[in-house]
Amino acid sequence: MSGDHHGSSAISERVRHVEALLEARGLVDEGEIDRSIDDFLAGGSPVNGARITARAWVDPGFRDRLLADANAAIRELGLSMAGGLQEQRLKVVANTEDEHNVVVCTLCSCYPIALLGPSPSWYKSEAYRSRVVRDPRGVLAEFGLELPAGTRISVWDASAESRYMVVPRRPEGTDGRPEEALAALVTRNGLIGTAAV
Amino acid sequence: MADRFAPGDVVRTSTADPVWHTRLPRYARGAVGRVVELAGHHPLADDRARGRPGTAQAVYHVRFAAADLFGDGEHDVTVELWEDYLEPADEQGGTP
Repeated sequence: MSGDHHGSSAISERVRHVEALLEARGLVDEGEIDRSIDDFLAGGSPVNGARITARAWVDPGFRDRLLADANAAIRELGLSMAGGLQEQRLKVVANTEDEHNVVVCTLCSCYPIALLGPSPSWYKSEAYRSRVVRDPRGVLAEFGLELPAGTRISVWDASAESRYMVVPRRPEGTDGRPEEALAALVTRNGLIGTAAV
Repeated sequence: MADRFAPGDVVRTSTADPVWHTRLPRYARGAVGRVVELAGHHPLADDRARGRPGTAQAVYHVRFAAADLFGDGEHDVTVELWEDYLEPADEQGGTP
């Protein structure tokens, strides 16, 4: 059973019931779960992914380290995937002239919240999750991204423990721009792979 | 226990359709792909979902050609799969 488990009121009711039981039995304090979720989300923003991208554009050494071991590399920028119960493995993939990467979680909605913030609703939609693995070129065109016929598309399904982020291609005509100005060009969809920058 | 697969190995995914939660996506069942890299060691999601302790096992990025998953398509899809979902295969999808 790898099917949908979002939007189910039965699941929501069960979660609320379990939470109430945990509180009633003194296993968690009232509001503790909400506070944990708030902590997990705190600081999660596409600004983080944009900083990583801009650094990768200006520093080839950092780019290499990022693609080889993203968890270690983002610590150089003071970022981390350790905000949850355990550190999540991060895999960063970079777009090139020949290859375009796009991320999905077909089974649910796994997403690098620490680096991109909460996911957009379309990312969690059944339409995106089911179609982008089957026809990524068509789905990307619907996002307004027309890729050259010669560009190979790689889809990454976050089906287990890793989280993924895409480093979009650096736009033409941005030579010499400071890192902060480059970061301002990077969009959330660029970091998922559903847009160019 | 040593990891069963290494980058470059050709593998075939399980065809089983369990009644419990699994993280082998339906579209990637019974398909032949190639191991890209090791992605750490974690207890099998199927075990955890059933409240079983489960011992950590290797999880791999496995890349499939779209044509091998769907019958057509030029792209590839990389899926992250626990070792238990995988068997060795050769390029034609047979058992070596």
